[in-house]
Amino acid sequence: MKAQPESYSSLVDADQGIVSREVFVNQEVFEQEIARIFARAWLFVGHESLIPNPDDYFVSRMGMDSVILTRDRQGNIHVLLNSCMHRGMKLCRHDQGNARALTCPYHGWSYSTDGQLVETPGELVGVPGLATHYHGQLDKKAWGLVRCPNVVNYKGTIWASWDKEAPPFLDYLGDMKHYLDAALDHRDGREGGSEVFGGVQKWRVKCNWKFAPENFIGDMYHDISHRSVDLVGIGPSVGKGRRDASRRRMTIGFPGLGHGLLGQLPHTAEDDYVPLYTKHPEVEAYFREIHAARVRNLGDRMRVQTSVGTIFPNMSFHGRQPRTIAVFHPISPTEMEMWRFYLVDKDAPQAVKDATRHYYLRYSGPAGMTESDDLENWSYATEASKAPLARQYAYNYQMGLGHAQPIEGLRGAVQSGDVSEENQRIFYSRWADFMAGKSWADLIPG
Amino acid sequence: MDDTALKALLLHREVEDFLLMEADLLDDRRFADWLALCTDDIRYWMPMARNVQFNKTAQEYTREQMDTCWIDEGKETLTQRVKQLATGIHWAEEPQSRVSHLITNIRITEVTPDAAGNAAEVQVRSRFLVYRNRLHDEVDIYVGKRRDTLRKLDGAWKIARREIFLDQNVLLAKNITTFF
Repeated sequence: MKAQPESYSSLVDADQGIVSREVFVNQEVFEQEIARIFARAWLFVGHESLIPNPDDYFVSRMGMDSVILTRDRQGNIHVLLNSCMHRGMKLCRHDQGNARALTCPYHGWSYSTDGQLVETPGELVGVPGLATHYHGQLDKKAWGLVRCPNVVNYKGTIWASWDKEAPPFLDYLGDMKHYLDAALDHRDGREGGSEVFGGVQKWRVKCNWKFAPENFIGDMYHDISHRSVDLVGIGPSVGKGRRDASRRRMTIGFPGLGHGLLGQLPHTAEDDYVPLYTKHPEVEAYFREIHAARVRNLGDRMRVQTSVGTIFPNMSFHGRQPRTIAVFHPISPTEMEMWRFYLVDKDAPQAVKDATRHYYLRYSGPAGMTESDDLENWSYATEASKAPLARQYAYNYQMGLGHAQPIEGLRGAVQSGDVSEENQRIFYSRWADFMAGKSWADLIPG
Repeated sequence: MDDTALKALLLHREVEDFLLMEADLLDDRRFADWLALCTDDIRYWMPMARNVQFNKTAQEYTREQMDTCWIDEGKETLTQRVKQLATGIHWAEEPQSRVSHLITNIRITEVTPDAAGNAAEVQVRSRFLVYRNRLHDEVDIYVGKRRDTLRKLDGAWKIARREIFLDQNVLLAKNITTFF
């Protein structure tokens, strides 16, 4: 198929619940996604706990590009393109580290993020042979590293957008904020307070990157994928199932924003405590205590609960069991690199950190007893959609079409019961809006 | 050949036989029999390798019991994995993969004798090349190093501890459904 630029958005018919397979396998569509979505949208880049000290850096990705997340000597966080301005050499080839200056191994150009030393983070400070070979004639200020213009630290999570015109992150997030908070805030209800365990799982999956966010945006229908692990029972409490039961879980989506989740509607009182982690008495005692603190701390304030959700385009998070952040980096139309970070309350006792980490790792990641089956399904769905005949037939997203209801107390949100494909329609409508090249005024109406 | 050298040679053969027999059980998909080779207090741990600065190689692998890793199991969760493989609806292994474990470079680095002077526990280093072929054309190759603690219980060797160091940074397979 040769899709014309203006026709990319026509590949999605959300009103009919139809999405063309070209969206998942077409090289041209993929290249336009990189330009129209990944170069504009707010993307998750990392977590502040990965760069706790001055001069720490962590190498991340934004779309197809390698970027460096740094903390300068003044404590400010920056996102810089990981490519030397001289010959393009990949500057940081470590996953993380600590360096006063970022020095290129090829010809030795070096860049500083130290605000005492330079005006602009990433400025070129060292050029071997500047006086002799360049005869002093090089505009160092013009040849600093490319710097991402929008970077935000939201409760420890770092987000960035390449588009100078991008709206503030909180406008982009909208009332999805409450559901992200439910993952990032301390379990006792205090704001923030979470950190990630050291080490980021990174692995390649031969599937289109969108299979992951559309799954995590709320696909209760795919429970059959996980029957084997449910039969075995890997939950932290005694009995079958892969996690402790969630109550009143609904499909909740934000049609104007492309975000969505499975979780609870806003409420103002905490549910009675239900034992969690009963296999681990010390951990169980902690969660019981934390629940009592949460009841005290939140009082009758509005709160929500998130099981799993997606922030458009490529970040998903689990808020309860497990508690993790996942990112889906596009590699090609039929390959992604998936990253997982695991979250924990910073001040939780070691026994809690240990029990939760063990549980999360047997649930998620490439060796996760739950996730390994998803990866098989996403790969072979992609594989079987590639061939010329198969790719002519659109995917069906018609479940629960026309049954979404507005949610009181949440701006622009709808709920569609416990099992629905409303959130997938929301996700692909948003995809179509970005692919149509709409302005931010149209994408985020005031 | 003196007694000590002969004893070391026999011990090496015994340990090598054990590791090759273990690989056969895995490749023959006799997972429950394989599980019986693990002690009840086994630790089975596979850290992740990071690209670090030359002077920071101590940070190359994620830390045990502190950081994230690929796999971190005890007997209970290894048992759950074996049960999952036996359900027949674990889609990542249905249809089942064809797997071959090539175990080489076996070297005993430490021997702890019992009261009678016989080996009661050994530290063993080895390399693995695990080939997984799945459905019609899916291939994954996992290569790396192992450090095992084998313990003799009731006259038979058991795996008391296994550390698995995969020679990959980004895992180049979509998932891990085999044991190493």
